[in-house]
Amino acid sequence: MIRAAISFVAFLALSPLLLGVVNRVKALFAGRTGPPLLQLYFDLHRLLGKGAVYGVATTWVFRAGPVIGLAAVIAAGLVMSFGGAPALVAFPGDFVLFAYLLGLARFFTALAALDTGSSFEGMGAAREVTFSSFAEPALFLCLVVMARASGALSLSGMLGDELAAAWHVQGPALLLAAVALLGVALAENARIPVDDPNTHLELTMIHEVMVLDHSGPDLALVQYGAALKLFLFGALVVRLTLGFPIASPALSLLAFLGGMLGFGVAIGTVESTVARLRLVRIPQLLVGATVLSAFALVLLLR
Amino acid sequence: MPSLTSFLFVLVVVLDLLVLASSRLRGAIRTVALQGALLSPLPVLLATGAHQTIHVIALALGALVVKGLVIPGMMLRAMREASIARELEPIVGFVPSLVAGAIGVVAAFTLSGALPLPIAERHALLVPTALATVWTGLLLVVTRRKAVAQVLGFVVLENGVFVFGLLLSDFMPVMVEAGVLLDLFAAVFVMGIVMFQINREFSSLDTRRLSSLRD
Repeated sequence: MIRAAISFVAFLALSPLLLGVVNRVKALFAGRTGPPLLQLYFDLHRLLGKGAVYGVATTWVFRAGPVIGLAAVIAAGLVMSFGGAPALVAFPGDFVLFAYLLGLARFFTALAALDTGSSFEGMGAAREVTFSSFAEPALFLCLVVMARASGALSLSGMLGDELAAAWHVQGPALLLAAVALLGVALAENARIPVDDPNTHLELTMIHEVMVLDHSGPDLALVQYGAALKLFLFGALVVRLTLGFPIASPALSLLAFLGGMLGFGVAIGTVESTVARLRLVRIPQLLVGATVLSAFALVLLLR
Repeated sequence: MPSLTSFLFVLVVVLDLLVLASSRLRGAIRTVALQGALLSPLPVLLATGAHQTIHVIALALGALVVKGLVIPGMMLRAMREASIARELEPIVGFVPSLVAGAIGVVAAFTLSGALPLPIAERHALLVPTALATVWTGLLLVVTRRKAVAQVLGFVVLENGVFVFGLLLSDFMPVMVEAGVLLDLFAAVFVMGIVMFQINREFSSLDTRRLSSLRD
């Protein structure tokens, strides 16, 4: 329980640092010094001290969007197992709750974007929802692969100590699922082959355009929620690829944090070396991820 | 048993799907070359009897040179000569053909258990990989419009036949395998000449032009 609590606190505290690592890696690739690693903490502090501006067309939905979005992502963190530590809340089938809490966060972000009445934000919401409908089958197939390989129905069991044994028996299937999950993580977190987190050109934005109207504390909640979501997906990918059991909890946490650092470096490298896909090619990437995870499932089931 | 061999088989199937999804011909040719190179160590890895070591190693080396270097090199050259870079509008789009390929893979993996084989299976993934690769090759040949992409499909098809042939490699004399490789070589050669002719005749490699009649 204490181990689970420590991991959860690490999740809440270190998520913005992960984005700092990604940005630092991108800066190094571009030959810049880049913002400090703790930049997102400074940003959040600054934004929380400001007041918010609300458009006259907006209703309570617009104000509720960031709050519900952040709450849903934190709740998804409660059922997530970080680096093999048991989750704070675990029950059979909690991976469905995990996936749909993230879905709830996205639903309210899209709803808040539509509530502004701005055509750009409506376009962004439409894109986000379209692409996530392609990403969802891949995410679920990956989770089912993990459930089948480990024989457990809760995320704590799927990412627990059984994973090492599952790697010995079902290595190729789990590797395929990890690759597919990395693709889903890039799409869900609006990273580069799918969406550019830095762009502010309305015609190409997907996720960023939806939060254009949020300001002050609301924007802080949105940015913190995005960092938490990246950390959640990173935890899933890292644990799946580094599935070995470590007896000592402290060492296991260290190994997990090292893995997350590697995940940040990997994301930064992908963002620096891969060109952004055209919008019409994004479904192809996500269908590819779905096909890979379906293939992994077939390998498991035969 | 996640041995090197199963990883190789799975990788071969993943490369099948990658070829189906790629529109750039240069990338697709490189992918097929990688697939051929990955297939070449399989005869050694799957060899059972020690009595045919030289045969097995010769087969592996031959496959590596022909599938990994010679044929892709010829195709890249043909591509340069004809100056085409990508398949623009396939008859079946890239996402549908990827899905069709995935259906083929699923069918190959689920149905192959029901197939009666005259001899014992060497590896659990051998027959499904072979069937999935043959299916991919067939899809490429049928659904692409550019002659280079069709030849590529034929090479993938032959990769599948090669995997299936490994099942019999204890019984199959070297001559038969050499014949298969020679067939492929001749086919690519003939297709190269045909492509050159199509290109000179229509200044394009679009095979649709062949169906229109002229004096």
